[in-house]
Amino acid sequence: MTETMSLGKAINAGLRKALDRDPKVILMGEDIGKLGGVFRITDGLQKDFGEDRVIDTPLAESGIVGTAVGLAMRGYRPVCEIQFDGFVYPAYDQIVSQVAKIHFRSQGRVRLPIVIRIPFGGGIGAVEHHSESPEAYFAHTAGLKVVACATAGDAYWMIQQAIASDDPVIFFEPKRRYWDKGEVDLDSSLSEAYPLHASRVVRPGTDATVLAYGPMVRTALDAAAAAAEEGRSLEVIDLRSLSPLDLDPVYGSVRRTGRCVVVHEAPGNLGLGAEIAARVTEECFYSLEAPVLRVAGFDTPYPPARLEEAYLPDLDRVLDAVDRTFGW
Amino acid sequence: MTDLIDLYERMAIIRRTEKAAQDLFLAGLIKGTTHLAAGHEAVAVGANDALRADDYVFATYRGHHHAIARGATPEECLAELMSKATGICKAKGGSMHLTKADANMLGSYAIVGSHLPMAVGAAWSATLRGTDQVAVAFFGDGATNIGAFHEALNLAAVWRLPVLFVCENNLYMEYTPIGSVTAVANPAADRAPAYGLPAEVIDGNDVLVVRDAVARAAQRARDGGGPTVLEARTYRHYGHSRTDPAKYRPEDEVRQWLERDPLTLARAKLLEQGVPEEEIAERDAHAERVVAAAVDAAKSAPDADPREAFTDVWADGSATWRT
Ligand SMILES: Cc1ncc(C[n+]2csc(CCOP(=O)(O)OP(=O)(O)O)c2C)c(N)n1
Ligand SMILES: [Mg+2]
Repeated sequence: MTETMSLGKAINAGLRKALDRDPKVILMGEDIGKLGGVFRITDGLQKDFGEDRVIDTPLAESGIVGTAVGLAMRGYRPVCEIQFDGFVYPAYDQIVSQVAKIHFRSQGRVRLPIVIRIPFGGGIGAVEHHSESPEAYFAHTAGLKVVACATAGDAYWMIQQAIASDDPVIFFEPKRRYWDKGEVDLDSSLSEAYPLHASRVVRPGTDATVLAYGPMVRTALDAAAAAAEEGRSLEVIDLRSLSPLDLDPVYGSVRRTGRCVVVHEAPGNLGLGAEIAARVTEECFYSLEAPVLRVAGFDTPYPPARLEEAYLPDLDRVLDAVDRTFGW
Repeated sequence: MTDLIDLYERMAIIRRTEKAAQDLFLAGLIKGTTHLAAGHEAVAVGANDALRADDYVFATYRGHHHAIARGATPEECLAELMSKATGICKAKGGSMHLTKADANMLGSYAIVGSHLPMAVGAAWSATLRGTDQVAVAFFGDGATNIGAFHEALNLAAVWRLPVLFVCENNLYMEYTPIGSVTAVANPAADRAPAYGLPAEVIDGNDVLVVRDAVARAAQRARDGGGPTVLEARTYRHYGHSRTDPAKYRPEDEVRQWLERDPLTLARAKLLEQGVPEEEIAERDAHAERVVAAAVDAAKSAPDADPREAFTDVWADGSATWRT
């Protein structure tokens, strides 16, 4: 059975499934219980699963993640909600210094099946802290798995897979796409669902490869649709997993198309695009017709309100980059 | 000391500015969100009247009242909300980051708790320079549960710095009643003794009570007596942010607090003092005119130039080497 629902609702449904499946799953975060979270992603879950499993915490991100570590050490599967991207930094110390390292340090004796959910990215008219894309900070740290969902169908399964994972997962949610509707396959199972750490071709094409994740997948697809009208065929790949990266399908695609553009909202400097460009160049050097190009946010603080339109990569900037790969 | 009628007028201007901000949102002229301080006016106006121009003020994202109390004009604040070139931060801050450094209003901060240690540092600078300035950090009840609050209180206490920690306790951390996530009744004041700091819980809706308490705490700090924690009980009239209808607040509670609106309280006191109704009405009308003119000016100001986003990253004003 498939059902059409918004991306936000799909995460809600996935969390519900996870709470149902495993009594060790606990949700914690600011305003997530009674209110159901600032984006209503946990709507109704406290009512149905109780205050012991869906917990309204004090305003204390370091405390939330630190507590989750202790719970996870002793067999629970905590899922922490960070209200907005920029509020994860008070917990950053716990995440990079402890969450990422305890398994290694304990020679695998202590597992930390923690999920940290972070709504990320811009496009909602909010300022710094509410629109940032901090994924590279986490992907840079060994010991953390980092994923970003882009569609309702993926979100539903990815959140469940992240919770079932025995490694800590930083789970990025494209906040401006929360209301985007998509088909969700409710019948699949955790083991049959598309793997959490695999990228996926979401639109096949022959002329150039466009890589995106999270909120930019839709932008890339829109660009591909526009390019098609002009007779150019773009292959769009949703990376889905940012650490580890699954680039084999990317290499295969670039070997066919000879052109590659990476798109993300995060600033370009040392962003995911830089790593991907390096690896694609290493693997596909003789197939490339042009350098791998990046379409990214600018290297400035995220600007508020109206200025963000100039900041965010959009369809035109993606098409422009594709054009440049042809003009090389 | 400023007359109560003048304090009333300042509060009336802030109230109308907040109302204007809400209306501009509804009219689609402001993008994003905003956290209105309507209901909190007495804290900002009362405190500011007890402070000197060279004292330092740090506020939160719910900070329009502090910016205006400190001398920012309604026009430059509304223009900032509307992303206009004339905005107080040239549209680089937005509603949550109003700053007026030349009036020693050293910013509004949207990472809860982050500015408390900063206020401690600003107070430290005064001590190092040997001046008798004080620094004031305003923050919400929710902020008392994050580590930065506790680090700041301890640092200030240990170094006996001239800093005032003023909590605007409006009973809610966003949507969650503060009592449900805090083990003590007075989230700021009850923590102060643990750091050896004096504290007082005050009526944050009575502008004279606030002024008096801040004046005493500031004097103590100037005299070398160290920090004080003040917990001003108040209430916000709107929801947490633009999209919040605040349905989680019991009707009775809302009604009781609206009866104790800071403007209503000040007006009653003025009448008691024998100030004629007409004079109060004239002040209201003046506030109305000031804000109406501010709205017009902000509306007709030019939009911020998107190129502004690419300046001021570095001390030389540029952002060029990276973009
Ligand atoms: C570190 C951090 N975590 C979470 C948030 C999201 N958030 C914004 S305001 C708020 C509640 C703050 O409540 P309080 O301190 O009482 O201030 P009030 O809004 O009531 O003025 C929260 C959780 C934030 N801004 N910063
Ligand atoms: Mg509050």
